[in-house]
Amino acid sequence: MPSSDAATSSVMSTPDSNPSPELILAPSPASVAGPVVSPPAPRVATIKAIGVGGAGANVIEQMIRSGLGGVGFAVVNTDSQSLAGSSAAEKLLLDSKLLHGLGSGGDPERGRQLAEENLGNLKAMCAGVDVVMIVAGLGGGAGTGICPVLARCAKEAGSLVLGFVLTPFECEGGRRQRIAQHGLGELKAAADGVVCLPNQRIFKLIDENTSVLDTFKITNEFLCQGIRGFWRLLTHQGLINIHFDELCAVVRDQHAESAIAAVDARGPGRARELAEKLLTHPMLDGGQMLADAAAVLVSVIGGPDLTMAEIDRVMEQVNRHADRAQILMGAVIDESFRDRMVVTVIATRREGAHPKVESRLSGGGEGPLGEVFTLTTTRAGFRSGSRSSADAARARKGASKLRQGQLALEIVSKGRFDNSEPNIHKGEDLDIPTYVRKGMALN
Amino acid sequence: MFEPSSIIVGLEIGTSKVCAVVGDYGADGALNIVGLGQARSRGVRKGEISDPTLTEEDLRQAIAEAEQMADVEIRSVFLGVTGGHVRGFNNRGVHPIVSADREIAEEDVQDVVKNAKLLNLPAQNRVLHAIRQHFHVDGLDGITNPVGMVGSRVEVDMHVVHGILHRLQTAIRTVKGLQIEVDDIVFTGLASSLALLTNEQKELGSLVIDLGAGTTEYVVYSHGIIKHTGVLAVGGDHVSNDLAYGLKVPLSRAEQLKVEHGAAMVDDSIKGQTIPIPNDLGLPQKPINLEHLRRIMSARLEEIFQIIGQDLAQAGALDYLRAGVFLCGGGTRIPQIAKLAEHVFDMQVSVGKTNSISGLKSALDQPEFATAIGLAKYGSFQQRKRPKASLAGGIRNTFGQLFKHA
Repeated sequence: MPSSDAATSSVMSTPDSNPSPELILAPSPASVAGPVVSPPAPRVATIKAIGVGGAGANVIEQMIRSGLGGVGFAVVNTDSQSLAGSSAAEKLLLDSKLLHGLGSGGDPERGRQLAEENLGNLKAMCAGVDVVMIVAGLGGGAGTGICPVLARCAKEAGSLVLGFVLTPFECEGGRRQRIAQHGLGELKAAADGVVCLPNQRIFKLIDENTSVLDTFKITNEFLCQGIRGFWRLLTHQGLINIHFDELCAVVRDQHAESAIAAVDARGPGRARELAEKLLTHPMLDGGQMLADAAAVLVSVIGGPDLTMAEIDRVMEQVNRHADRAQILMGAVIDESFRDRMVVTVIATRREGAHPKVESRLSGGGEGPLGEVFTLTTTRAGFRSGSRSSADAARARKGASKLRQGQLALEIVSKGRFDNSEPNIHKGEDLDIPTYVRKGMALN
Repeated sequence: MFEPSSIIVGLEIGTSKVCAVVGDYGADGALNIVGLGQARSRGVRKGEISDPTLTEEDLRQAIAEAEQMADVEIRSVFLGVTGGHVRGFNNRGVHPIVSADREIAEEDVQDVVKNAKLLNLPAQNRVLHAIRQHFHVDGLDGITNPVGMVGSRVEVDMHVVHGILHRLQTAIRTVKGLQIEVDDIVFTGLASSLALLTNEQKELGSLVIDLGAGTTEYVVYSHGIIKHTGVLAVGGDHVSNDLAYGLKVPLSRAEQLKVEHGAAMVDDSIKGQTIPIPNDLGLPQKPINLEHLRRIMSARLEEIFQIIGQDLAQAGALDYLRAGVFLCGGGTRIPQIAKLAEHVFDMQVSVGKTNSISGLKSALDQPEFATAIGLAKYGSFQQRKRPKASLAGGIRNTFGQLFKHA
């Protein structure tokens, strides 16, 4: 392992020789319960996955079928029929006389009101749980409306709140998309972290002949994989553990959006294959997400034949591409994974996490240097230049704001080429005067 | 007044100037330049149109001038295109000969060429030129026409120049806005090399570098065929910009300083020399240090040559240049530029002369017009029914569908 990397080595504490029960995710009371008197400290983090709305219920259903030990499942919906079909242990119907159990009618405002009315029930659901995973499809009434309220409840109950949400396909219409984006914003504000999976991206993964049913199965599966990766990190006895505290420190109060990617490979060349798959994964924007990430959580799962060299090979790639990020890594051995290796990466883009820095930078880039320098890397300018699709640029708005600040610090302007396409040759911007790049002194 | 069909117009929309050259080819098939029109270009950056409205005005002016001079009406042009997105690479096509007697037929040649054109290009890219290089029959190299030979396997190398469709269409659309048809679009580097090189030089192996204002194109010939092409979106504009930045003068002043005092090499004799700046307002102004000016320029120009050199070395094309390096474009106006190129490439460098074309002497002697003249020459090759030179025979208009889109 590249032990020179401070961030990595601090996280990857050497595997304990005699794994004591304390090792497993015992949350420090302060970090979990805040100022409230802590509940009797649990030995293992309790996890609850709550599916909200129709889509959420479906994902939960799929998860129950695939089996996630130690996770409590719950479903919240406004539609009694969908609830009846769920096999979750805990079900909560949000209903009022107006609706007659027929659902929220695609109106998130109605979903929100229903949730507010049932605040007590929602709170009770989250009580005493360390990690609440909210699973939902945004864009409809129930999921979009209830999620933020539920997240707030869970937060008040002292849990770490993670949202795992889907946003609609583009063909579902602009209104749903807008509702979803709005809901996502609210959820981000309320939850500690949100993993958002735009359904539209699935198009890159399916071919022409994939049926609608399969498509939804794939999207659900993606979300499941993400949740399962998280769950493994939290519950499985690892070779290299991620402590619950560390996780909290990275995720808590970041209100950030994350991307999640799970890749799977078998056979002798699996580590190389995994690294390759990971960097071209559509969910990670072909590696761009890693470059933009503020924190990257990597969970490596393999059988007893997992070698350190294989972990090293995967981590080397992740480290190289996410050189600005704090990297959390966990490795888990699962007996059933003989000859197989799975890597789950959760990359968190820290949006609005540094409001102070951002405002300072946008105010002319005259901010105190210390703060700015922690964010500046030499490759930043290159990156901002190499971005291509307008779409991606929009998605990265928050990050690019930070970059603009960095550019302001740069003393070299490109003069008349400021607005033209950059000329990148072997990592150098040829629009910048040669003598500046070569460091020739004019005396 | 000439017959309209015998008129060929080459149009280059450059970063610094828009230039139209009117050529007339008579019954003997020789091209004669009869008109030239040019205008300062204001809407182009790095070889690509950034302001179509301004470019349209400039185009109109240049075309009108050329029409007046040649006393013709220009209806269609061969349009030069360039830009950082234009790339060239070599591709090989293979075709097995399955007939009983193993004789290579015309159809086999067509098939192998078709195979060589099967490329793995990104969806938004279009092939500009697919230029046939040499054939190989059962590993035997350097065959120009395999029809009638006997073999089991025929292969062909193809040099493919491609660019991004939308960016190419911008130029076509702008020209069409003036009610002028576009016969074909041609990579400007290819056009310049056509104007500059003789068949002998192509055979020996030459490198043509077109130092434009916005872009620098380069083309390598050896054994009579195109081996390598490339574009660097760096040119004279960058020199001016560097000077403006380094000497802290406005861009227009930098441009003027470049023209009046610039050179590609730094001499020891200029140490400590300064240039007084004339001042309209009578205010005191800091004089410009001549050595700084030269060093900034030299660094940029040397870098351009070095990048080209590295690219050629990577492509393995440097060893074939027995005829040397030929420069053209506005950049050749810089004093000592050939000396600098000699220093970088370590071979004979000369400023190219447009040859094998008769006509206006004033136009032919200017290195800036090599591209536009080359475009007209390309057009004359296209117009001729029977292809003559090996190069012209290989160039195909693969752009039919593009014009339909535009």
